[in-house]
Amino acid sequence: MATATVPNVRDRLQLEKVPPVYWILLIVLVLAVVLDLLFAHGQILSSSEIFANMLVRSVALGIVAVGQTFVMIGGSIDLSVAYMVSVTAVMASFMMQGDESRVPLAILVVLGIGVIVGLVNGLIITKLQVNALIATLGVGLVLKGLLNASFENFAGAVPRSFQWFGYGQIGPVPASVVILVAVYIIGAFILAKTKFGAELYAVGGNREVARLSGLRTDRTLIVAHVLCSVTAVLTGLFVVSRLRSGAPWVGPDGVYDLESIAAVVVGGTAISGGRGSVMGTLAGVLIFGVLDTMFNQLQVDAFLKLVLRGAIIILAVASYTLRSRREPS
Amino acid sequence: MSTSPTMVSGPRGEQKAIWRRFGIAPIYVVVVLLFIAIAVLNPQFMEPAGFLNLFRRAAPLIVVTVGELFVIVGGGFDLSAGSVVSFTVIASALWLNNDPNNTWWVLLVLLAFGVLVGLVNGFVVTVLKVPSLIGTLGMLLLIRGFGLYISGGAPRGYFPDNFRIFGRGFIEDVPFLDRVPYAVLILIGIGLIAGYFFHQTVLGRDFLAIGDNPWASRLSGVHVARVRVLTFVISAVCAVIGGVLLGGFGGVTIDAGLGLELQAISACVLGGAALLGGKGSVPRAMAGAVALEALFTLLNLLGLPKPLRDAVQGVIIIAAVAYAAIGTRNRK
Repeated sequence: MATATVPNVRDRLQLEKVPPVYWILLIVLVLAVVLDLLFAHGQILSSSEIFANMLVRSVALGIVAVGQTFVMIGGSIDLSVAYMVSVTAVMASFMMQGDESRVPLAILVVLGIGVIVGLVNGLIITKLQVNALIATLGVGLVLKGLLNASFENFAGAVPRSFQWFGYGQIGPVPASVVILVAVYIIGAFILAKTKFGAELYAVGGNREVARLSGLRTDRTLIVAHVLCSVTAVLTGLFVVSRLRSGAPWVGPDGVYDLESIAAVVVGGTAISGGRGSVMGTLAGVLIFGVLDTMFNQLQVDAFLKLVLRGAIIILAVASYTLRSRREPS
Repeated sequence: MSTSPTMVSGPRGEQKAIWRRFGIAPIYVVVVLLFIAIAVLNPQFMEPAGFLNLFRRAAPLIVVTVGELFVIVGGGFDLSAGSVVSFTVIASALWLNNDPNNTWWVLLVLLAFGVLVGLVNGFVVTVLKVPSLIGTLGMLLLIRGFGLYISGGAPRGYFPDNFRIFGRGFIEDVPFLDRVPYAVLILIGIGLIAGYFFHQTVLGRDFLAIGDNPWASRLSGVHVARVRVLTFVISAVCAVIGGVLLGGFGGVTIDAGLGLELQAISACVLGGAALLGGKGSVPRAMAGAVALEALFTLLNLLGLPKPLRDAVQGVIIIAAVAYAAIGTRNRK
């Protein structure tokens, strides 16, 4: 990890031809179809209800994974997102109290909290030079402590109209899926077409070189952390609109910190930074979504699901590293 | 980044804090201050029994921290340590089945399990080239799932007394100290072995070398992959021992030990170890773990509710690492 080498241009081009994550997604889908035909007479994947449910379940992880992709491309990491999701869910439902007129204010407040937390993360990492893992772990602990000290159970409720985010439809498509797609398009646009995106890859590739080339590396990383916290806020809003009320444990129960990191690295983002894409992350999120749905529908032991998930993370990342090692350098 | 684990007084020694001038790492000052604060609030802490009890409670964390230190100075992370602790508690309760005759083979099987986990972690990191953060995260999920699977998701079984004694028991009638917890003796043993191994042998230098500069180590003849695998084996075996101590002390729960790896990493960092490797010390990391446990005790004595203790812990970890980072920057 400490010896991240910058891949030469040829490596990068070849790697991006067909990232392994799409093959893995394909294999998982084929396996899902086979298992479906063998054990459930093909009734799982043909059910539009189950299929839509699978997508909706991927939304919560999918949104925050975009933010995690950003910070990890920048060579950082964010372990505080799970508690950011909790803070958002609880604060939003507590402030709304089921009253429609309070919705805009509540959304503004949680977005404000997200921006502040992202700023704090970014400032601690860049200005105090604290390792990102420790910094965001510490900030996560602070959020957890403050939240658990103030709330013990479900607090408040969201009004009916706000549940559109979680349950609404735009034509035949769930509204949340449309929002998920929108977040990914925006994320891909930021990375591919904006100056910030280009700078983020540069900072993640080699921070010192980026700094000596005149980039404001600190500011780039801080912005990435703010964006990451904001995506955690969006996930929190989605979760609370599904649950109708927020409780302090919704974030850690969803394991959004480790799962988002897992989805990002399965999607091909280098943990040392400088390489990656949000579309790879989306494929990573979908792999977990398909697996979860199949396991639930086939009523496989929930604990074996964890075992398989761990194995997939290791094998997926190994497939990247072994590939890049085979490339002539 | 300094390659030397010992504190060297720089050319501007006169500007350093007074304890640095005498070569005393700041973590020891922190531990002493925490002990004084605890003693003021709770005079019983001054007696040997109260004092040793803190170490008995801290023993699992300290042992896991020692193991984690080897991985960290080697430039990696072991996120699977907490789930190994948890697995040890769950599996030993299940296999012991309250029969004292089972204790010894269960201990041997669990230690073998620790070696196996370490070898797999090492294989994933060195052969499959997966970054340790991700590789051991995968193993965390894998071992957690396996532990829940064999137990069916609920804690089952009991520990016989000859198993619990490691984490909970005392040697009675010791002169001056009254009675000494077994856990403290185990701690002293592990501390001495790990400290000797780490600070006095060539292999110990290799751990630091591969964390500081794996490429240079390879060129100078260190078998980097083998040394790295060894760090993961040491960590997993320490986690098993930590699990035995925790199970004995706290009994069987399904989530015992979860998150312990993050506390252990924090303890290593509090003890001056550099994340990404190349710097660290066994006694200081152990002091870091003691400081963390003393901090919990102190916050408890101050009457802070458990949630706020988390928040204070978060602030203190960040502050300690920032202090170390800024200190390093100033010395350069």
